[in-house]
Amino acid sequence: MSISHTLLGLLESGPRHGYDLKRAFDERFGHDRPLHYGQVYSTMSRLLKNGLIEVDGVEAGGGPERKRYAITDAGVTDVAEWLARPEKPEPYLQSVLYTKVVLALLTERDAAELLDTQRAEHLRLMRDLTRRKKDGDLADQLICDHALFHLEADLRWLELTAARLDKLAKEVRR
Amino acid sequence: MTTPTATGALLSAHDLHKTYGSTPALAGADFQIHAGEVVAVMGPSGSGKSTLLHCLAGIVPPDSGTVRYKDRDLSAMADAGRSALRRSEFGFVFQFGQLVPELTCTENVALPLRLVGVHRKEANARAREWLERLEVDDVHDHRPGQVSGGQGQRVAIARALVGNPGVIFADEPTGALDSLNGERVMELLTDAARDTRAAVVLVTHESRVAAYSDREVVVRDGKARDMAGVG
Repeated sequence: MSISHTLLGLLESGPRHGYDLKRAFDERFGHDRPLHYGQVYSTMSRLLKNGLIEVDGVEAGGGPERKRYAITDAGVTDVAEWLARPEKPEPYLQSVLYTKVVLALLTERDAAELLDTQRAEHLRLMRDLTRRKKDGDLADQLICDHALFHLEADLRWLELTAARLDKLAKEVRR
Repeated sequence: MTTPTATGALLSAHDLHKTYGSTPALAGADFQIHAGEVVAVMGPSGSGKSTLLHCLAGIVPPDSGTVRYKDRDLSAMADAGRSALRRSEFGFVFQFGQLVPELTCTENVALPLRLVGVHRKEANARAREWLERLEVDDVHDHRPGQVSGGQGQRVAIARALVGNPGVIFADEPTGALDSLNGERVMELLTDAARDTRAAVVLVTHESRVAAYSDREVVVRDGKARDMAGVG
C-alpha cells in the first residue's frame, strides 16, 4: 500500500497535525500494522519537498512545535491520479483497494467508478490468462488457474463492495 | 449514443424499458454485439441481465425501446414473427432442463432443423457431426437422463449451433457444472461460435466464465454498461 498517498488522501479531507494523521491512519487502515511516528514525519517532509502539502500553521507548546499540514492543489491532483489508476491485478490486493475506496468516499469522489475501473483491469488480465491457458501445456494451465482463482476472489470482493458502497459511505463519513 | 445500424452491429438494443408489475427490470438499457463476437453480460442477481437477454432474443417484448437484428426491428414484430426468427436465426443454451427427455441426443440436436423442415436423415447426419465436434458422439443414441451434466450441456450446445444461427444466447451455461467440465464447455462453445461467426450473448455471474468473452457488459439497476472503454 502507498502510505504517502494514503496520508495525502487523509489530508484532503482537512488539515491535520502529524499526530492526528497517524491516529486517523491507524484507525482506518492500520489495525494490523500501526504507523510509526518516524514514518509519518519522514513522509510529511518528502511531501513538503515535492510541493504536495504545505505547513498550514505551527503551534508552540510545552514540547516540540506542532506543525499542521494541508494538502496543496498539486497534492489533490496526485491523489486523484492515484485513485483513478487501476492497480496491477495481483493476489492480496484488498488492503490497497480498500484504502482507495475509503479515501474516494472520504474525499467525495466516485468510488463506484474506481471499482469499475479495477474490475475491468482484472477481467482484462483474466482474459489474457484464459488465452494463455488454452494455448499452453499442463504446467501453464495450472499456473494460470492459480492466478485466475485469486483474481476471481478479488473480483467477488469488488462486486460485494460495490453493492455495499452506500452503507460504507455512511460509516466513513460519520 | 450511436444508432445501432450505424455501427454495423449484428444485434442491437436501444433504450430498453421493461417493468414487471411495479418492478422495473430494464430502465434504458443499450446493447450491441457484432458477428463472431462473444459478449459477457454480468451483474448482480435481479439487476435485469436475464430480462435483457429475453428482450434481445425476442422472447419478451420490451415496454419501450428498440431491438434490431440485421435489418429487422424485433420490437415491431408480432409474436409469430419473433418465434419464426428465433427458430431460424437464434440458438439457446440454458443452465439445465433444456433437452427433450423422450428424444435421443441425436434427435435433440436435430430438432431445430426438423422444425424448419429439414429431412430427418439429413438433420440427423448434421446433428451427429456437431455431437462429434463437441466430443459427445459416443452418447448419440442415449436419452438425456442417461448422460452426465457436462455431456448434456455439450449436447445442448450442439443443438444451439446446428442450425448455423447468427446469435447464440447462453444463460449461465456452466452453472450446473464443475470447474473442469465448465471450462471445456466454454472452450467448445466459444471456439465453435468464432469458427461459424456466430455472436454469443453470454449471461453469467462467474468472472472465470466471462473471461472467455471478448468484452463484458455490466447490468446494474436496469442499465447496461459496456466495460470495454473503462480504465
